[in-house]
Amino acid sequence: MARAAVSGRLISGPRPWLVGTVKALTDETATARTLALDAPGWPGHLPGQHADVRLTAEDGYTAQRSYSIASAPMADRLELTVQRLDDGEVSPYLAGFAEPGDQFDLRGPIGGWFTWSPPPEPAEPPEPAEPAEPSEPAATESVEPAGAELKPLMLLAGGSGIVPLMSMIRAHGAAQSKVPVGLIYSVRSPSDVIYASELSERSVSSPLSVTYLYTRAAHRGVPPGRINAAVIATSAFPPDSSPDIFVCGPSGFVEAATSLLVEAGHEEGSIKTERFGPTGT
Amino acid sequence: MNTISRHFTGRRRTDVKLPPGQHLERGFPVLQTGATPKVRTETWTFTITTEIGERHRWDWDQFMALPAEEITADIHCVTSWSKLGTSWRGVSLDVLLDGVTTEAAYVMAKSSDGYTTNLPLADLRDGQAWVAFEYDGRPLRTQHGGPARLLVPHLYFWKSAKWVIGLDLMRTDSRGFWEKLGYHDYGDPWREQRYQGD
Repeated sequence: MARAAVSGRLISGPRPWLVGTVKALTDETATARTLALDAPGWPGHLPGQHADVRLTAEDGYTAQRSYSIASAPMADRLELTVQRLDDGEVSPYLAGFAEPGDQFDLRGPIGGWFTWSPPPEPAEPPEPAEPAEPSEPAATESVEPAGAELKPLMLLAGGSGIVPLMSMIRAHGAAQSKVPVGLIYSVRSPSDVIYASELSERSVSSPLSVTYLYTRAAHRGVPPGRINAAVIATSAFPPDSSPDIFVCGPSGFVEAATSLLVEAGHEEGSIKTERFGPTGT
Repeated sequence: MNTISRHFTGRRRTDVKLPPGQHLERGFPVLQTGATPKVRTETWTFTITTEIGERHRWDWDQFMALPAEEITADIHCVTSWSKLGTSWRGVSLDVLLDGVTTEAAYVMAKSSDGYTTNLPLADLRDGQAWVAFEYDGRPLRTQHGGPARLLVPHLYFWKSAKWVIGLDLMRTDSRGFWEKLGYHDYGDPWREQRYQGD
């Protein structure tokens, strides 16, 4: 109940513009940077949601874009990981010129579809008869059948499409969730992997397995390759395990990955997508 | 009151006027919530259902026999891109609503993948909305909502439902897919009505 009310507010609550202050910068790759922001009044978010950023120049000119939130949910703070686009208008500032102490306007969180939160842990065995609140009706919606299988979480990222999925992985880690998580992460080359060391640590400390695909240049002895049916067959949870599936990346990657998942027998209704970038026409 | 960001100058355009918070896009981004549905014209139908349950239905051949028109329009996505002067071919909703008797004030547009979006019926009349089936002189690609999508260019583009298969006419407003998830019921880009409460 409280949980539902909180997520409802994060999906359709008021979204005033807040002031974000850059607290720390982390270069993730040659072109991607994480900005840790202080944003008093920020209500937290659901993993997968994004924030609208508005930059204002000294003469009042403004530019606005949406960026996925990378951090696990926190009040008054969030992290954005921004891929610098050479012909971009906002990303060269965020992933280039911005320095600690710089400020810009921020609103959100935005989006209520492409989200995943760790399910509540099964309740502890009930305490012996506490007769308190005898008239309270059972909260039937929160009762899970005993021994219910955890639906695995299947994540497929193309390039900086990893960012909203990383928020899910971090929330999963923060909750010490036992939900099995599989990540298929397609990037141009090993040096383009964002969060490489954290992913490697989390794959030891939590039920996360990561499969990397390198589309241009791989490690020595490993041929580059794009996502294909064999990768889905060997690295994705099978359809009969009914995974929750999230696919994020450039449109071509998302189109290819979702088609392969459907061909492999996954329900269309179990696949949520988020795309970025133009497709030509 | 906006916060000034040091070192930000931006890429200014003075020759075009865009709705607030929008920027120009040259490509045509794809936004959708799941797998791209395969919609075949052989089985496609478009159905207008009135508030008392009367159905007006067209199959693809009947739909293609209706008078179509060329549309040139600027489109504005809530994710902040705008694309100017896009060219489409489609059937005006004035044609499709001609002969439909209704007292409804609102519409729920429905897509083959289950997507829905709500609009005032008045915003579909008077040359403001079409069911489009060509983009740039070619059949509308599946990724962009083909074989046919709603085109309501004066509202944010999520209102222009891809893979549209029908309209339910409603006496009172009811929220569609994104509207239930916090997006604005009306969505006028010039008033920057992105989210509920804007």
